[in-house]
Amino acid sequence: MRFLPHTHEERLDMLGAVGAPTIDSLFAAIPVDKRLTQPLNLPRGKSEAEVARALGRMAAKNTAADTVPFFVGCGAYKHHIPASVDHLIQRSEFLTSYTPYQPEIAQGTLQVLFEFQTQTAMLTGMEVANASMYDGSTAAVEAVLMAHRISRRRKAVLSGGLHPHYAQAIQTMSQMAGDEVVSMPWDVHASEDISAQIDASVSCVVAQTPDVWGNPRDLTELANACHRHGALLIVVFTEAVSLGLLRAPGAIGADIVAGEGQSIGTALNFGGPYLGLFAARQTHVRQMPGRLAGETKDAAGRRGFVLTLSTREQHIRREKATSNICTNSGLCALAFSIHLSLLGEVGLRRLARVNHANAVKLADMLARVPNVDVLNRSFFNEFTLRVKGDAAAIVERMAARGVLGGVPVSRLLPNAGFDNLILVANTEVNTDDDRAALVAALEGAAS
Amino acid sequence: MNNQGRPTATDTAPPRAAKKTFTTNRALQLEEPLIFEHGRPDVTGVDLDEPETFASRLGGLEREETIGLPGLSEPEALRHYVRLSQKNYSIDAGIYPLGSCTMKHNPRINEAMARLPGFADIHPLQPQSTVQGALELIDTLAHWLMEMTGTHAVAMPPKAGAHGELCGLMAIRAAIDARGEASTRKIVLAPDSAHGTNPATAAMVGFSVRSIPAGADGVVAVESVRAALGPDVAAIMLTNPNTCGLFERDIVQIAEAVREAGGYFYCDGANFNALMGKARPGDLGVDAMHINLHKTFSTPHGGGGPGAGPVVLSERLAPFAPVPFVVRNNDAYALREQASGQSFGRMTAFHGQMGMFVRALSFMLSHGSDGLRQASEDAVLNANYIRAGLADILSSPFGDRPCMHEVLFDDKWLDGTGLTMLDIAKALIDEGFHPMTMYFPLVVHGAMLIEPTESESLASLNLFIATVRDVAFRIQRGETEAFHAAPIFAPRQRLDETRAARNPVLRWTARKPIRG
Repeated sequence: MRFLPHTHEERLDMLGAVGAPTIDSLFAAIPVDKRLTQPLNLPRGKSEAEVARALGRMAAKNTAADTVPFFVGCGAYKHHIPASVDHLIQRSEFLTSYTPYQPEIAQGTLQVLFEFQTQTAMLTGMEVANASMYDGSTAAVEAVLMAHRISRRRKAVLSGGLHPHYAQAIQTMSQMAGDEVVSMPWDVHASEDISAQIDASVSCVVAQTPDVWGNPRDLTELANACHRHGALLIVVFTEAVSLGLLRAPGAIGADIVAGEGQSIGTALNFGGPYLGLFAARQTHVRQMPGRLAGETKDAAGRRGFVLTLSTREQHIRREKATSNICTNSGLCALAFSIHLSLLGEVGLRRLARVNHANAVKLADMLARVPNVDVLNRSFFNEFTLRVKGDAAAIVERMAARGVLGGVPVSRLLPNAGFDNLILVANTEVNTDDDRAALVAALEGAAS
Repeated sequence: MNNQGRPTATDTAPPRAAKKTFTTNRALQLEEPLIFEHGRPDVTGVDLDEPETFASRLGGLEREETIGLPGLSEPEALRHYVRLSQKNYSIDAGIYPLGSCTMKHNPRINEAMARLPGFADIHPLQPQSTVQGALELIDTLAHWLMEMTGTHAVAMPPKAGAHGELCGLMAIRAAIDARGEASTRKIVLAPDSAHGTNPATAAMVGFSVRSIPAGADGVVAVESVRAALGPDVAAIMLTNPNTCGLFERDIVQIAEAVREAGGYFYCDGANFNALMGKARPGDLGVDAMHINLHKTFSTPHGGGGPGAGPVVLSERLAPFAPVPFVVRNNDAYALREQASGQSFGRMTAFHGQMGMFVRALSFMLSHGSDGLRQASEDAVLNANYIRAGLADILSSPFGDRPCMHEVLFDDKWLDGTGLTMLDIAKALIDEGFHPMTMYFPLVVHGAMLIEPTESESLASLNLFIATVRDVAFRIQRGETEAFHAAPIFAPRQRLDETRAARNPVLRWTARKPIRG
């Protein structure tokens, strides 16, 4: 077995050194009748070439985004990732190191996390950010729990523009913890009035911008309403590139920001691993979940970085911890930080403008297709289409024509009266040819 | 003077009094500023054409203020991150014997497979007809996990071990609710040696933790469990092998006792690396167990994730599994994404850590049933080899007897020396090792938990043992002074963690106004 260094003779020598007659004598604590005496009913080991063939066959059955006109978004976005990002995150020292428990020999990871926290705080317009969560949805769950700790209330109000998966994840956690959730009706046109729901019993409001329907939302008034009643505003985003063009959550009064960072540096990966971004105001830092890297000095007076404020965390506080999170998304945070360093301020802003410009172009093209309406007055790089007929069937027919044209809303919200809606995302990777192909496929599939 | 073509003669160089350099670099140890200190706002390493003029449709919500992000050209970025990487220890560079963390070799075929466009470049919400191979992969991995653990179902969504614990306890909570016992069964039993994530997770789901003692032999006796059981107990959380590196000898009787008392058995599967092909948790009576794919199945730790924590479930917990899950109808695969029946619902967006699934299955296919068993045997053999090599010179809290995949020592051997386990760890850094886990589990004073994994060669183990022995001999000889200053050869000396916590600096801020 190519990953196991010992020879047969070495194993025998080692058993001798240990004083064990057989390898099984080291497993003597397992009850005799529970020991496996037969091999598992699984195939024997394969060579590297055989593994590559077996998995390559499975991979070949899937339609990769790069191979077709691709407009699928709704919480995960296809962007170009510079080749240097993937090269750098595969450096042994980043890829194969553990959580930086010994800071003297983990300054690479720790400085990256410090830089990542700073970039995330800048991007969200917040004062502090942590070293990452699993993904945007679990970051949103943790944000609600954090708001409950701060407000000492246990009721969250969810906007009708929140990604349904995020809303469901929050509902599951709240139900388990015995906390209350009020869900606003699904709000395609961004016309809901959440403020009317806020009173002194509400811990937090969770609102997304751009919302799941693609509408950028002005949450300033909502923030004021929250603060008048001592509630917190949690701002969620699923498309991090939008922050290059849209007002920062911190500037519109967010108390906690929970977002998905996949768009910058991480591939689509069929849904994971992704990157949870989590930021808050400085006053709430001790209620934050997750790891935090902080600056300090070493014994020689040189600047260095450590994991800090760990008295919030499970390995110290156990059942009183702010969260149970341990492993997070370190390598995706590194990819995010590298990609964002490569973009820089001008690159990110330009990338965001290109996304928006392409989406505007596509919206105008689709608005001319018979029986198709663009429902959004405003959007960043994704919008909602209303079609005539069953959207899921239309998306399937487009796929059969080699175009992945979007997400039918019924995939997320079946039997909710949205069977004629499709979410369409358009990023910098889409060309004029792609857009023309989408229009043609939609004309063909919708007629 | 021109020395070209001549061998460098070290003896002719004058001895230098000053150890300082102009740059503060020391040969290959290179200092590196923050990106905010050398990046510039108008530099970018990504070329993109500015769009043609268009009317923006952002609803008047444009971001007007400067974000403050620095930019680097591609060569600057490469240099920045390569230099930073050189300040990290890694499993590729040497033994990483963190107990309970399972730092094993990360095969590169796994990385190559995870990057196949058919896996990396597919979207979780594209039509299921276009991702049949991805669903097949998830189904295949689930089959391997169930076969290896002797269980009936597996929940794939959890993103890491602690998230898997959350999934398992949510399933237990749902099962108890379904029995109408939600208001009475509020207690989770756990030993003090448990990972901190266990009590933290129990608290999130609204349970209180009742501590159960371990015996003088380091394992939990079934009598202690019986004494703590009652109609208020929802579940027990037990790690097996436990965090002292010992197999829980009474595990079958414990499982029976908990089941008879109406509770469920959650097993923390962080240490499953000791048991592949040797014993199946399902056969032992486990109801739910997470599997850290980033430990046992070699997906890289990446400096703190991402991980993946699928949870295998017994027959009686299977109906409560979260969505989504994959179902197979003849040769077609489908995703069930909406909760129905008794499923406790959704705990995260999308379908789980696909990138980690590919790597884990690649590892499993490479090993096969024979290789997995051999890996567990080698992991246990290696831990015992270290135990045998160090037992006479260190101190063992539960006596010197066979361990599973990790070996635990305490700090009794340091009594009277003025040194702590931290000093030993830092001395090992100077010797070129990543230290073992220290001060965990909490039940043992000055714990030193060593897990070599199956990846270490005999030569590597021998060097580690010889080094720890040398450290111990130096201490026995009274040469303790130097330990307080260690490490002195690492990129940084000891870092002031108190200062970091007392006055937290969690981000860079401009110390003077940025020009422009």
